[in-house]
Order: sequence, then C-alpha cells, then structure tokens
Amino acid sequence: MLTESFESTARADALGELLPPLTENQAAVEAARCLMCYDAPCTHACPTHIDIPKFIKKISTQNLRGSARTILESNLLGATCARVCPVEELCEGACVLQAEHKPIAIGRLQRHAMDFVYRKGIDLFEPGKATGKKVAVIGAGPAGLSCAGELAKRGHSVTLFEKRELGGGLSTYGIIGLREPVEVAMAEVRMIERLRVKVETGKEFGADLSLTDLNSDYAAVFLAVGLGATPALGIPGEDRIIDGLEYIEQSKVDAGKLVVGDQVVVVGAGNTAIDCATIAKRLGASSVTMVYRRTENEMTAYPHEYNFIKREGVNFSFLTQPVRVHSENGAVTSLECVRMSLGATDASGRPSPQPVAGSEFFLAADQVVKAIGQQKPSLAARLNLKTEKGFIGVNANFETSLPGVYAGGDCIRWRGAASTVMAVQDGKLAARAIHERLVARG
Amino acid sequence: MKGWWRVADLSINFAGIRSPNPFWLASAPPSNSGMQVHRAFEAGWGGAVWKTIGAPVLNVSNRYGAWHYGGQKMLAINNVELISDRPLEVNLREIAEVKRAWPDRAVVVSAMVESTPEIWHDIIRRIQDTGADGIELNYGCPHGMSERGMGSAVGQVPEYCEQITRWVMEVAKIPVIVKLTPNISDIVMPARAAVAAGANAVSLINTLNSIIGVDLDTLEITPNIGGKGGHGGYAGPAVKPIALNMLAALGRDSVVGGSKMPISGMGGISTWRDAAEFLLLGAGSLQVCTAVMHYGFRIVEDLCDGLSNWMDEKGFAKISDVAGRSLDRVSDFNNFDLSFRAVARIDQEKCIRCNLCYVACNDTAHQCIDLIAKDGSVVEPQSYDIQANGREEAVNSRPGVHVREADCVGCRLCFNVCPVEDCIRMIEEPSGRPPVTWGQLSESQREVTEDWEKMKAYREKMGIEIH
Repeated sequence: MLTESFESTARADALGELLPPLTENQAAVEAARCLMCYDAPCTHACPTHIDIPKFIKKISTQNLRGSARTILESNLLGATCARVCPVEELCEGACVLQAEHKPIAIGRLQRHAMDFVYRKGIDLFEPGKATGKKVAVIGAGPAGLSCAGELAKRGHSVTLFEKRELGGGLSTYGIIGLREPVEVAMAEVRMIERLRVKVETGKEFGADLSLTDLNSDYAAVFLAVGLGATPALGIPGEDRIIDGLEYIEQSKVDAGKLVVGDQVVVVGAGNTAIDCATIAKRLGASSVTMVYRRTENEMTAYPHEYNFIKREGVNFSFLTQPVRVHSENGAVTSLECVRMSLGATDASGRPSPQPVAGSEFFLAADQVVKAIGQQKPSLAARLNLKTEKGFIGVNANFETSLPGVYAGGDCIRWRGAASTVMAVQDGKLAARAIHERLVARG
Repeated sequence: MKGWWRVADLSINFAGIRSPNPFWLASAPPSNSGMQVHRAFEAGWGGAVWKTIGAPVLNVSNRYGAWHYGGQKMLAINNVELISDRPLEVNLREIAEVKRAWPDRAVVVSAMVESTPEIWHDIIRRIQDTGADGIELNYGCPHGMSERGMGSAVGQVPEYCEQITRWVMEVAKIPVIVKLTPNISDIVMPARAAVAAGANAVSLINTLNSIIGVDLDTLEITPNIGGKGGHGGYAGPAVKPIALNMLAALGRDSVVGGSKMPISGMGGISTWRDAAEFLLLGAGSLQVCTAVMHYGFRIVEDLCDGLSNWMDEKGFAKISDVAGRSLDRVSDFNNFDLSFRAVARIDQEKCIRCNLCYVACNDTAHQCIDLIAKDGSVVEPQSYDIQANGREEAVNSRPGVHVREADCVGCRLCFNVCPVEDCIRMIEEPSGRPPVTWGQLSESQREVTEDWEKMKAYREKMGIEIH
C-alpha cells in the first residue's frame, strides 16, 4: 500500500506543473518591461483579444484583482489559457520586443493574476439580472464553459450537460498535468457554477437527452461536443495499441495506475503525441520514440513543443509508418514500420507520404501509443446538420443549419488549428449571438 | 598623440585642494569613518568629504527611504540621518590617520556647529589640526539640524550664510567650501553671500526636502519611524536635472560666475556621463553619494575610466579643458530662436510598431502622427476583424506610424517616449523665416507680444501656422 501511494505521489510530481509560478518580484520586474504598446499586437494576436497591456500594467501597479478582471472580461478561462495557449504563436509571438529583447512572458503574467484570484477565492462577476430565458449547453469543455458563463453573466438560465464525470473537457482529461493540473480546470468549472450555471455531469447528448427534449425546454442550444475518439490506424495488432487520450487521462486521474512501458513508441506528432511521449519519458520509460509518416516540417506540434520534447530525450523516427504490431504471449514486442517518401501535395496542403517498397523495419517496443488526431464529430450526421469538411457547419453567428442551435469549439474547427483559446472565443461570440437572439425575441 | 592607452589627465586642483581625479565621496554615510574612507581610497576615489562633524546628535532607525520606479530600484533615496553620531574626538583622530596614510588624496571635512563665532572658530581649528586639505561648511542639511538653527536654516538665509562664513574665514588656513541647500527659491543668493564672505569655493546641491511616500496598507509614512515619518533629504539620479540647473545658474551669475569661484558639483551623479555633464556646466570637482550607497565604492573605476575615454575621444587633455565648456549654451526662453524648426522623423526600419508615439501625439500633443496601413490608407486603431488573430496576422497587418511633417510642431514628445534608440529623430528643417527671439520681438514689435489681434496679423505675415 505504502509503495503504491508513494508511487502515485512520485508520478504526480514527475508530471507536476512544469513552470513555477512567478514570484511577486519576478512578476513586477517582468510587468515593468512591458512597453504598454497602444492598440497592441499581442491583443490582436490573442484569439480572445484580451487587453494585454492593460492587465500587465495592473500587475505592475499591484492591482491584481483589476488585472484578473481585465483578463476574464475577454476570456473566462484565463487560468487555463495562461497555461496551455501556444503563446509563441499568439500574443508573445506578436510582442514587439523580439529583435533585441525577449518577448514579455505574457502567459506567465496572466497566470500570476489568475492564480491570485483563484487562491484568494475572489469572484469578479456575478450572474446577470434573470431574464427567464433558458439555454442548454452541451459539453463542459472550454467552448461550453465559456458560452455558459457569458450567458449567465447576461442573466440567462443555463444548464450545462457533460457526459463525463468531471467538467473541463480536454483541460481536465486531455492536457498533460505538466502544462495544466486538473485543479486549474476544476476551479474554472466551479467559478462557472457560481455564476449559477447548472452543471449536469454524466448526461450524454444522444443517449440521456435528445435535441427534441432540449428544444421543448430551452430557448437555444449550444453544441460544444468536441471531437470523437482517436481513429484507427487499420493495421494488424491494433488492439494492442493504447489510445493516447486515454493515456493522458490516466496520467491525470490516477498516475499511479498508469502502465508505462520500458520501450515506448508513440505514433503521431501533434500536441497530444508530444504529451504522451512526455508522460512515458517522465514516468520511467528507458526509451521513447515518436513515429511520424511525414517530417519535422509537416508535424502539427508547435516548434516550442518539438524543442521541449527533444530536450526531454525523446527520439524521432520521421518518414515512418506503422504497419503491424507484433506481440508474444499477449505482450507487445515490436512495431513493424515502413519508410515513407514525400510525394505531391495532398488535400491538407502538405506533401503526401508514400511507402517505400521493401523498406520494412522493426522498432523494438513493449508499448505503442497512438495520438493521430480525433475523429470528426459524429453528431453532425445524427442531427442532420450541415457540415463543413465533416465538422459542424456554422454561420458567422455560430448558428448551425438548425435555427436556435449553435455550435463552437473543436467540433466546428474545419480550418486552422484547434485550440483551447479559439474554443473560448467561439463560446464567447456564440453567447453574444444567442443573447441577441433571446433579447430580440423579447 | 592618441593611442589605446589613457592620455587624459583627470587630476584637479580645486581651490587649492589637489586630488588625482575629480571624484570625491560626498559628505554622507559612505564617508562616516576612517575605515570606510580608507577603503574608498583603495578603490580609487580621488577624495572624500568626511561625514559632517559637529554638534552632538542621536539617530533613529528606518532612516533611509527610497523611490523605486518601473522595476528600477533607488531612483532616489531620502534620509533623516543626522550628522556624524560618532564622538568628535574619534572622527578627528581618524581624519588625521587617513590623511597621513593618503597624502595624495583630498580629505575635506564637513562641519556644522551652533551659530556662534567661538564654536565655529574652535571646530575649524581642530579640523585644521588633523592635516585635512579643506573644510566644507554644511549649510544644507534639511532635517533634524535645521530645526536646531543649523544646516539649511543657515543656507536658506543668505545673511546667516555670509555671517558664519566670515567667522570661519577669520581662522581658516585651508580652503573653505560653502555647501548650498537647494531648498531655496534662488540658489544664486546664498552663493553670492559665500563670495562676499570670502569663501574659497561652493558646493551644490545638498538634498531636497521630501516625503518618500505613504504605506497603502498601514497608512503610515514611508519609512515608518515608530509610527511617524516626515520630510527627509532627497538625493540620487532623480535630482540630477535640478542640480544641473542650479550649477548652471551659479556659473551664469555675474557675481558668482564672475568671481571664478570654483564649484564642486553633486546631486545624482551616478555614471561618468553624469559627471561629464556636471563638468561641462562648470563643476570643478564632483561629489557622489547615492550611487555609492547603491553599488559600493567600486563604481569609481568606471567613473574614471569612462570619463577618461570620453575625454580622449573628444580631445580634452585635462579636466579644466572640460569644465564650464557648455555653460555659454545655457540661456533662457527670451533668447531662443522662434524661427528654429525641427520635425520628428520615424525610421521605419528601426520602428517596432509599439505605437507609443502615436498615442502620445494623438492624445496629448499635436495630433500629427497617422497609422498607415500597407495599402497606404490611414487607419484607425483597433480596426481589425474581431475574428482575426495569431502572430502572423497581428504582425503583418499592423499599420506603420508616420509623422505628417507639415503639421508637426516639433514638440519632441514622440522622441521622448520612443523606446528604440535612434528610431525617432528630430530633424532640423528650415522654417523660411529670419531668426528672431521673443526678447527681440518684445523690443522691436512690442504690440505683437501684448495683443492677440496683432499677434494674429504677425503670424499671418510670417506664415506661422498654429496646429
């Protein structure tokens, strides 16, 4: 027993938040470096357009409550975004202090302000004056939470249905604890609940409730159902392959019980694949290899993630496609792969990989994890919604082809990279549109 | 001949006090004891003005406050420390020891005693017995001593200043420097008193009256001295411009400047660059306190090294070549050329698009900077699509800042706020008008300076547009 709990704690520590919080003094010095650009490019680059110079100035004047409010006014999930946003591609990437300086550590400053209010238990918003209008939100991930919270601020009565046991969506289950601990996502869910959003977990749309039910009870519905399961590789021995999202989930929910191999191969080269490789490496695998059928130029992981994982000591096998999982007595022994070469540009705008005949080789492995994206939302077909490349189609107001039914987050992201912050913005803008609709109807 | 080696001679002879370089510790905590001054001389200081000796005192805790700004520590310090609280005999003995050990350095002793001729005569004689090189009369201390009729209570009344200096000069055999307080409306008056009394030199500035702040948690004054706080002497980088102005005022005064009385400059000197500016405005020696209290005695190395390199580059062989060199540039508004015109120009290659110049000009100055999009059109701030985001979008669609030079009054605000070195320059542009000063205009066309209608006509005639 003792060994087990020690193991759990040690593993949780190994996957604990990577960056320490800024000290008061570090935050003050960093905030003072901000030039306070006017009409700042960081704000433009942020999908939720947080007034970044404003919140940073408030940190430098030690007005942390005001700073947090500035953040949350634009982005209710400021604590999550402070941690998981690809800031190099967004705010920090647009910071004017690039050439001769380091960009301002905007993400870490945002976390400083967010941690302050959550630590102190300060609520910065209250539910709006009741309008008597009811809205159903499906899915308690970032898009759903954002939309629900924004609607509650406007006085609407919101019920948030979540099929999982906990709210937070990928923030809770799908992002490695190194980047976002579960507690951060949970604190945000509770903040949304304090805005009088009714969160009903364990309620799956399609199974426990139908659109017909919702339409009769609610004036509008917002679908924030995310994406589906990891698709199949379609290779022999696939049943021995572990799903990457489940791997991450186990590492967050109960790291002690996660089975980690000694020689781990991760199939894929996106954000989730990076997280899986990090977990394997940090929880004791002696070798971790990421397998990707294209090259580092085409991988969807961000450059900063790629740099990070290389420093973790993870190996890469590019231009490699798995063809078969070999096992003996129920235990994986190797992953058979084939070399690829890049051909003509395909529909994704990237060169299409082609197998090189006769180039089969074996990667020693006792655990294979796949993180090759998620399936498109099956909901669209079931509800007979118009789609866009398989994703739920919406108009500029985030309304689907069914009037009064809106959608946002990963389930509508048919172009561009899916991200938490984009989902938050979808939820915010959809809430505005829903509010307009409800108010216009009187 | 110029080479890589140092050629400038930094030594000075200040009113007969010699030192190998112009940098002296100012009379303050750094020169409180023989041990400290000894270490300062080892570090290379050219001289030290001993912390003021004189009447008996007792000190308090939390005696130094400081003003920090924008993450920068100690832009200024304020203090309620009094003159030396060590016994007079101990100070005098240590002064004698230090002077014997360091014959080439300037050992100046600051003094402040009660205002009677006997007491002053006594202290001056005792200081002279130590072998010190000079005496500085502390007429500047703004706290504690002034309430007892000493320090700035003397410096603020030119008549007292003159009287006490006369008593001192009756017995002085070594050079006497009168240290002036800046807590006065016209610094020239006490300096003239020093000249009249026959002092050998003046020094300025002493500290300024100040309250450093209020604690927003406890509502107490900062620093908190047992629940109370009050005005203390303010010094450090923040006071430098005030000191430079007072230094120049003495140099330009017909009596003080005309007397050629040497001036020891101080007030916020932190770097050799500050030092060079004090020299250019007429200082003959330089005293430093706050920067030493921040970083220690070691800073004298770069003070000397930087000054020497700059002098070499400029071709100044000795300190007296520099001293007062910019004084004739100091003038006043009446003599400024109203036809002088400069406009701001932004180097688009260097510009980082922070838009600080834009908001400063647009909100608070003369509205002559535009945001120009890539297609050349003038755009309003925040005019991007709410759904547009990402680094590339933000960076690539960002408009540039451009000065409408025809409308620019050359106020120089944008130049001051720009965070990039040499990005905004003030370009001299011919105004097309003959030079004229307000002084000349007041004499030649007095009505223009007194009547708005006449002014309007004058402007129209001269082609002066007001934006």
